Amino acid sequence: MIQFEQVRKGYGGRLAVADLNLHIAAGEFVVLIGPSGSGKSTTLRMINRLVEHDAGSIRFAGREIRSFSPEDLRRRMGYAIQSVGLFPHWSIEKNIGTVPRLLGWPADHIAARVHELLLLLQLNPADFVHRYPHELSGGQQQRVGVARALAADPEVLLMDEPFGALDPVTRIALQKEIKRIHALSGKTIVLVTHDIDEALFLATRIVLFRDGQVVQDGSPLDLLAHPAHDFVRDFLGRADLGIKRLGLDSVGSRFRAGVSATGSALGLDTNLRDALSAFISQGRDSLPVVHTDGSHAGALYFEDLLHTGPALPPVTT
Amino acid sequence: MHRRWRYLRAWATPLSMSAGLLLLASGMTTLEPLFHALFASQERAMYRQEPFGLLLLAHLSLVAISSGTALLVALVAGVWVTRPGGRAYRPLVESLVAMGQTFPPVAVLALAVPLIGFGEQPAYLALALYGLLPMLQGVIAGLESAPSAVIDAAKSLGMRPWQIFRSVECPLAAPIVLAGIRTSVTINIGTAAIAATVGAQNLGSPIIIGLSGFNTPYILQGALLTGWLAVTADSWFACLAHQLQSWKQGSRP
Repeated sequence: MIQFEQVRKGYGGRLAVADLNLHIAAGEFVVLIGPSGSGKSTTLRMINRLVEHDAGSIRFAGREIRSFSPEDLRRRMGYAIQSVGLFPHWSIEKNIGTVPRLLGWPADHIAARVHELLLLLQLNPADFVHRYPHELSGGQQQRVGVARALAADPEVLLMDEPFGALDPVTRIALQKEIKRIHALSGKTIVLVTHDIDEALFLATRIVLFRDGQVVQDGSPLDLLAHPAHDFVRDFLGRADLGIKRLGLDSVGSRFRAGVSATGSALGLDTNLRDALSAFISQGRDSLPVVHTDGSHAGALYFEDLLHTGPALPPVTT
Repeated sequence: MHRRWRYLRAWATPLSMSAGLLLLASGMTTLEPLFHALFASQERAMYRQEPFGLLLLAHLSLVAISSGTALLVALVAGVWVTRPGGRAYRPLVESLVAMGQTFPPVAVLALAVPLIGFGEQPAYLALALYGLLPMLQGVIAGLESAPSAVIDAAKSLGMRPWQIFRSVECPLAAPIVLAGIRTSVTINIGTAAIAATVGAQNLGSPIIIGLSGFNTPYILQGALLTGWLAVTADSWFACLAHQLQSWKQGSRP
């Protein structure tokens, strides 16, 4: 879907992105992560030509992106940003309908699409179509921002720290929403964040950047299980908080009853941090769960650990 | 029905102010006994050289033409210095326009008369120059008021520069541009009275003639209408500003 070949971008002598090779396949949920100034945002913004690359080639749907006009290219890619950027003088309906209107869809078609998207993002259409952005909460605005990005059914959805400005509860709700939309639509999503928890929760693939270069590229499990570099270990170390949080919860709250799996069993009262350790040391992504008397209870899947949802109590460090 | 009523009510103030202004201009002469009573020592207590209605019309056209010219210049210059091509010229344009504001209109009139002659022409020039600064400041501030995140979003959704200008920057700038026009026009209505000194016939004429002839009723008559006109114009702008920002009121059931 998107291919970077030897892509380079510099700002006044400093390389923001150096010789980047990255192939993003259709349907992937790729999270670009790294410290500030690591080149992840620049990489994202090069995809829709908000930033023009200096050297190398970027291909979208098989064609070099410079062969598209920037406007045509951008209309085929949804884009959502942290500051949302809703048009304050337009109703929610008009905001969401921006790209369809630019593409010249008929009005009734646009209205139907807006309705559908509001439902998808769990906003009641009757309540919201005629409202204005300033009447909405931050979380609602970001939902509208995502709906606007999805409006013309783009082939790719680009998101630049879309949930960074939201409170933790809203952020988690929206993360779940976008994960559900990805599962539902199979859209290719590229998301930039510096929040490792968010990356682990959302990504089918994580690309870790440092100083304009890719340090590691793999599934969340890959990164956790086989950090390629000290830097990766350090960066994941920031997820230490997540690990600590896992330590506060037990297998009993997460396991899938009645499902079977192979491996050495976890007890219901085992904490999730130890469970995580067991997955990694056994190299499995599912393990059986037993009652305290040793009888079979079900199974715990590796991905169950990644739900940092409200089920976990808040941590004080 | 309800909505139409609300709409009418929104315009009620400027409409009744305008009706009052017309009534006063056409009926001023009927107030002659009152002015006689107030200024008993004054032999002629009612300005009768020209009908007040005509003076009002002349005043309005002088303001409309000079403010219109200033607006046109301000729009062109303001848009130009906020585009990538003209940004470098912004300080130059701003200081030129500020110089126009620092020249007192009387001085411009005095300087322009030997060059252009008596009448309306020097007045157009002086008033347009004097009114330019608030308008240009409004245009520039308005065009720069669109949050960068909104412009960024517009760009990333695939709007062309012209579309961003027309459907995002302009509507967001409009209330601020209008505020500049409002200040400029309201000041202009008062300043235009001075143009009567160089031979323009307008609501300043009774004032100037009254001043030179120690005729207080004349001054009062001219000043009353000029002041009323300024307040009326301001109330039209207030309504217009309200309409332009109806989205700020939010959705109405």
